[in-house]
Amino acid sequence: MTIAAEQRGAMPAERAAPRKWARLARPALGLVLPVTLAVVWEFIVRMGWASGRLAPPPSVIFATFVDLARSGDLQRHTLVTLGRVAAGFGIGVSVATVIGAAAGYSPLIRRLLDPSLQALRAIPSIAWVPLFVLWLGIFEASKVLLIAVGVFFPVYLGLMGAIQSVDRKLVEVGRAFRLSDVAMVRRILLPAVLPAYVISLRSGLGLGWMFVVAAELMGASEGLGYLLIDGQELGKPAEIVAAIVAFAIVGKATDWLIALAAAPFLRWEDVVRQE
Amino acid sequence: MLVLDRVSKTYPNGVHALGGVSTEVELGEIVAVIGGSGCGKSTLLRAISGLDPASEGTVLLDGERITAPHEKIGIIFQEPRLLPWLKVAGNVGFGLGDRPRQERAARVATALKRVGLADKAMVWPRELSGGQAQRVAIARALVPRPEVLLLDEPFSALDAFTRTDLQDHLLDLWADAKPTLILVTHDVDEAIVLADRVMVMCPRPGRIFDEIEVALPRPRDRQSAAFDFVKRRVLAALDRSLSRAVAPADGEAKASAGAALWW
Repeated sequence: MTIAAEQRGAMPAERAAPRKWARLARPALGLVLPVTLAVVWEFIVRMGWASGRLAPPPSVIFATFVDLARSGDLQRHTLVTLGRVAAGFGIGVSVATVIGAAAGYSPLIRRLLDPSLQALRAIPSIAWVPLFVLWLGIFEASKVLLIAVGVFFPVYLGLMGAIQSVDRKLVEVGRAFRLSDVAMVRRILLPAVLPAYVISLRSGLGLGWMFVVAAELMGASEGLGYLLIDGQELGKPAEIVAAIVAFAIVGKATDWLIALAAAPFLRWEDVVRQE
Repeated sequence: MLVLDRVSKTYPNGVHALGGVSTEVELGEIVAVIGGSGCGKSTLLRAISGLDPASEGTVLLDGERITAPHEKIGIIFQEPRLLPWLKVAGNVGFGLGDRPRQERAARVATALKRVGLADKAMVWPRELSGGQAQRVAIARALVPRPEVLLLDEPFSALDAFTRTDLQDHLLDLWADAKPTLILVTHDVDEAIVLADRVMVMCPRPGRIFDEIEVALPRPRDRQSAAFDFVKRRVLAALDRSLSRAVAPADGEAKASAGAALWW
């Protein structure tokens, strides 16, 4: 009896332990390849089998990163780039939200604006650069505008589509309870649209980061993109990789911030996943 | 009292869904509307609710003409239609938006207790079963204390056991404030269990074919001979309503027009 009870008690614990281990191991599995490659490359350069001049080993990249951070250069360039993305993202999202909401809400405005916007969307946004530079000069304004254009389209399309696909049956519930137009927007449309809107913001931000690189590559005296060019011209590959790493970290962090800010409003979406 | 006077509905595409329905429903009466598909029973319900007003004729509630959703009229749809971003309590209180917070909370709590879901107040709608969700929808419609409650096939998506359970539960809730209930259904048993009067409709265009009083005392035994007797009457009326709908003069006219083309 006692043995049986003990066995029964022990069994789930034993089974739970490997499962917990598996949950930790699964994401770790993805690290195996990059870490192995880094270690192998480090080893090869250390042994003198390769010079590592054009492809610096991890230790050199890390040292460069630390040097740049210690001198304050990294922070300065990151802040400049972040400022450009923030300005472009802010402008792009504001305009896209107003136009997207109007086009989603009113078929007339949609018919009026959407064809032109779809045509503009077909243009690769980088193609605007020469024109923007001609109009606005080579300094901040043209860069911010390019980022804003990149951010605009996913947000506009996402919001317009989300408003159009709001469940009519839920709108009817609002009508049955005699909601005013304002209350209908606040209590039905806004919460219904929010999940898709947040997704569109995140993809807009992703494009914003892509376009800031393009803008800075084409001429800047500051910013992470400038570090990339500087590293290329002076033959400092470690600096290039350090800038890339900085891009990755800041890009991921800003994306995470949006997700974090939206999370309290989207908790209802997670119910199924939690179970 | 609810008065329908020659209520008709012609949709913009020319479909004549409802061809003049007139009847009177007393306060506290339970009317079941039954009929084959396309007989306009849902159209009638939506005209009464004001969601899709009648194109001709009038709906009068206590002498007031209904052309838009009205605070005295509540509606329950076939699906629960709960707002997924509000917890159960938020959904139940949805129609009380303008009331003070404390009153709202108290009325929501009472309503949830009444439908037996007091423990689900802080749960998301997704976590409810179909029957629970429909109970929340009933609570949401009852909380503003409507004088008339319209139900559009409210239990048809549920399994048989949950359905009979909710039918009894609905009667129980009705007894609290005795609102007028108008229930659209295609389930004859449901109609007879619940209603004081069964209105049989026939299609093309939708109109009242027959009305059958159900004078059985409540609670009604679905197995009793008296229940069966009424059921046979309703079924017979339904049967006749459908056979008569097949051959109106207008069908013949179409047939002869076809023949003319053929020759």
